Amino acid sequence: MTELEFLKQQHQDGRVSRREFLGRAAALGASAALVSTMLGSVEAHAAETPRKGGTLRLGLGGGSTTDSTDPTTWTDSVMVDAGRALYSGLVEWGQDGKPIPELAESWEIKPGAAEWILNLKKGVTFTNGKTFDADDAIYSINLHRGQTKSGAAGSFKVVKDVKKLNANQISITLDSGDADFAYVLTDYHMMIVPNGHTDWSKPVGTGPFTLDKFEPGVRFNGTKNANYWKAGRGHLDAIDITVINDTSARVNALVTGQVDAINRLDPKLANLVGKNPKLEIVRAAGGWHTVVSMMRDRPPFDNADLRLAFKWGIDREQIVKALFAGFGTVGNDHPIPKTDPYYNSSLPQFKYDADKAKFYAKKAGGTPTITIQASDAAFNGAVDMATLMQASASKAGLKVEVKKEPADGFWDNVWLKGPCVTSYWAGRSAATQMLSVAYGPDAPWNESHFKDPKFSELLLASRAELDETKRKAMIWELQAILHDEGATVVPAFRDWVDGHNKNVGGHTPHGGFDMDNGLIADKAWLKS
Amino acid sequence: MLRLIAQRLGLGLITLWAASILIFVGTEILPGDLASAILQNSATPESLAEMRSELGLDRPAIVRYGEWLGNAARGDLGHSLASKRDVVEELSPRLKNTVFLAAYAAIIAVPLAVALGLMAAIWQGGVYDRLVNFVTLLTISVPEYLVGYILIKYLSVQMGWFPSLANVTPETPTLDRIYLTFLPVMTLVLVVVAHMMRMTRASVLNIMASPYIEMAFLKGLPKWRVVVRHAFPNALAPIINVIALNLAYLIVGVVVVEAVFVYPGLGQLMVDAVSKHDVPVVQACGLVFAAAFILLNMIADILAILSNPRLRHPR
Repeated sequence: MTELEFLKQQHQDGRVSRREFLGRAAALGASAALVSTMLGSVEAHAAETPRKGGTLRLGLGGGSTTDSTDPTTWTDSVMVDAGRALYSGLVEWGQDGKPIPELAESWEIKPGAAEWILNLKKGVTFTNGKTFDADDAIYSINLHRGQTKSGAAGSFKVVKDVKKLNANQISITLDSGDADFAYVLTDYHMMIVPNGHTDWSKPVGTGPFTLDKFEPGVRFNGTKNANYWKAGRGHLDAIDITVINDTSARVNALVTGQVDAINRLDPKLANLVGKNPKLEIVRAAGGWHTVVSMMRDRPPFDNADLRLAFKWGIDREQIVKALFAGFGTVGNDHPIPKTDPYYNSSLPQFKYDADKAKFYAKKAGGTPTITIQASDAAFNGAVDMATLMQASASKAGLKVEVKKEPADGFWDNVWLKGPCVTSYWAGRSAATQMLSVAYGPDAPWNESHFKDPKFSELLLASRAELDETKRKAMIWELQAILHDEGATVVPAFRDWVDGHNKNVGGHTPHGGFDMDNGLIADKAWLKS
Repeated sequence: MLRLIAQRLGLGLITLWAASILIFVGTEILPGDLASAILQNSATPESLAEMRSELGLDRPAIVRYGEWLGNAARGDLGHSLASKRDVVEELSPRLKNTVFLAAYAAIIAVPLAVALGLMAAIWQGGVYDRLVNFVTLLTISVPEYLVGYILIKYLSVQMGWFPSLANVTPETPTLDRIYLTFLPVMTLVLVVVAHMMRMTRASVLNIMASPYIEMAFLKGLPKWRVVVRHAFPNALAPIINVIALNLAYLIVGVVVVEAVFVYPGLGQLMVDAVSKHDVPVVQACGLVFAAAFILLNMIADILAILSNPRLRHPR
């Protein structure tokens, strides 16, 4: 994405004000005419008023016959989008990147940020008629704690205790302070179900829709929940999801008008779709990033200079171009995206530099073979990425080999086991959370075996720090440490790219996940 | 005849049992298991262990197979490990879809292929013969997904005549079904016609070299009559075999077409189940596919016997 388009997107998402946008666009040398056209298109988006009614038809990739309405089992788009149609969460991750109230009306952070008081919304009823209260919230949180198969178990490990204060108030105690805990609550697994609910074939929630038909891996139909509580949301009469895992079939369905919106538009086709006068692409820069994680305690990756040689020896621009057709941004070997308010913009950008690579290789005292274990199970294009790295690094005099691993059992047998492996991160809503899960002192998925006392201490301190300025300085420092000493290579961040026909309104870009962070069923409407 | 059928059915059951062992061993050999396939990169050692014990995956393979076989022998194919749904319940709408698609394609493809083949035999060496040979060779050589995409490009995207998604549901009325599935059916027809047509042509021409055909010509019969009345009935056995083979393919081999047209058939279910290591579902799909092969081959053999008076009345 060019700097200017990026700015436009940021302005559209509400992260950059009109004034700031004008100023920064001028600084980039954009002509006044261009800037005003851009502003026009952005503001036209904002000016639309929602219309009630209609059935929104979605064609989504990321579904499987193993899908279930049990939130602890979700890993992919179809269930995230369908689940968000059935349930509501406690806290929503807002368009501007800040947490906003959902079923938790407001919250209070005790000094030290280790105790949180959540005030729950009153008068909300589940689709089975039960009134939502503290017991439901506690039960729903506990689904991700202790003995659980939940995908959010890692994030909820910090929760020490959840207590009911009264029918509409709970307190959550954490092992250590975390000023960003509200972001943990925005996790898409963290949906509210009635206390004691176990029959997932009959989901009960407080979402905008009730379940009509659900055939895992095939389709999901929901009809309007007449008692939906959220103001200014839930415009549609029905939602109709067809699982279309094949990329081309998804685009075909959009082009022939059989669905109104699709997710994961193949970047190579995105520009073609964008040229179709009836269609629009929705693009959001976000935290999804590719990584090659080297284990810092295993030879040859225990040699800091060799790691630096590799970091300078790969061509990130080329990877963004080849893998994402430009729908992405280069990474700088830490997991914080440019869109994050805590992004450290002062770090020197790693880019292909044969001289630097050779310099560090010489300093490292030789060029042992670096074997990248790659599989498209990690993400589509992982093998290509490794091959591109091999090509550019070899030009810089490094010895790199690509070992193609089978997709079956990749996450079980290769990931977290091999010393140099391709992988990805979907990103996290808060910078501290992302840093904790992959690099923190008790990170559940420490791919690079990153253990650094200074980093850990700083991370814990930054999490508990409520003063914005101090906090920012700490998080900048954390990124700098990973940038200089980390063993994880972050070549590229990928944008979320959806497509829809122009009859769809309210389908806005969100850096968190595709389809408006899964909230499309809640937020979108049909113009006619 | 009845004895033959009973014998073949008995052999079929043994083949099915052998297939179930192969399928089970195959899914066991694959690296990873259901728990790691579902949790992917949000797995922690604790959540993996929890899921494995919940699913019973922590028990030895032989115990799991024995349990499955015992239940299957009593007609209970078990529950999907992942969705907890009854396998039969999960399978039957998909199986109906698969059979519908196969039958629809066969109703068009078989008569078409036989007619084209006979005509090619009648006008052997002529312009028509060469043309039809060339075109069918072309359709069989192009991969089926490409045929599908070409049909979508012209008939769906450009002309807008047919939908590119064949997303039928159990509630779809039959007429809509026929319309929705038209493009996948055409794709399959184009792929299977060539094989059957060429076999018809070749076996008829083979018979045409026999002395009794020469006799028919010498009697002064027209060529079409010789081919249809004298050569074709004697060429039936190999043609029936090829038709059976293609019908079996229409049931078991169409997963690519299902993916291109997003058709909820059995193939897609099996691929999903294999990639997630959902063994009961894989087993059930595998048994259905194996049974389809065995039954179709048996029917082909029986029909071949019936079509041949010498075999029908053995001395």
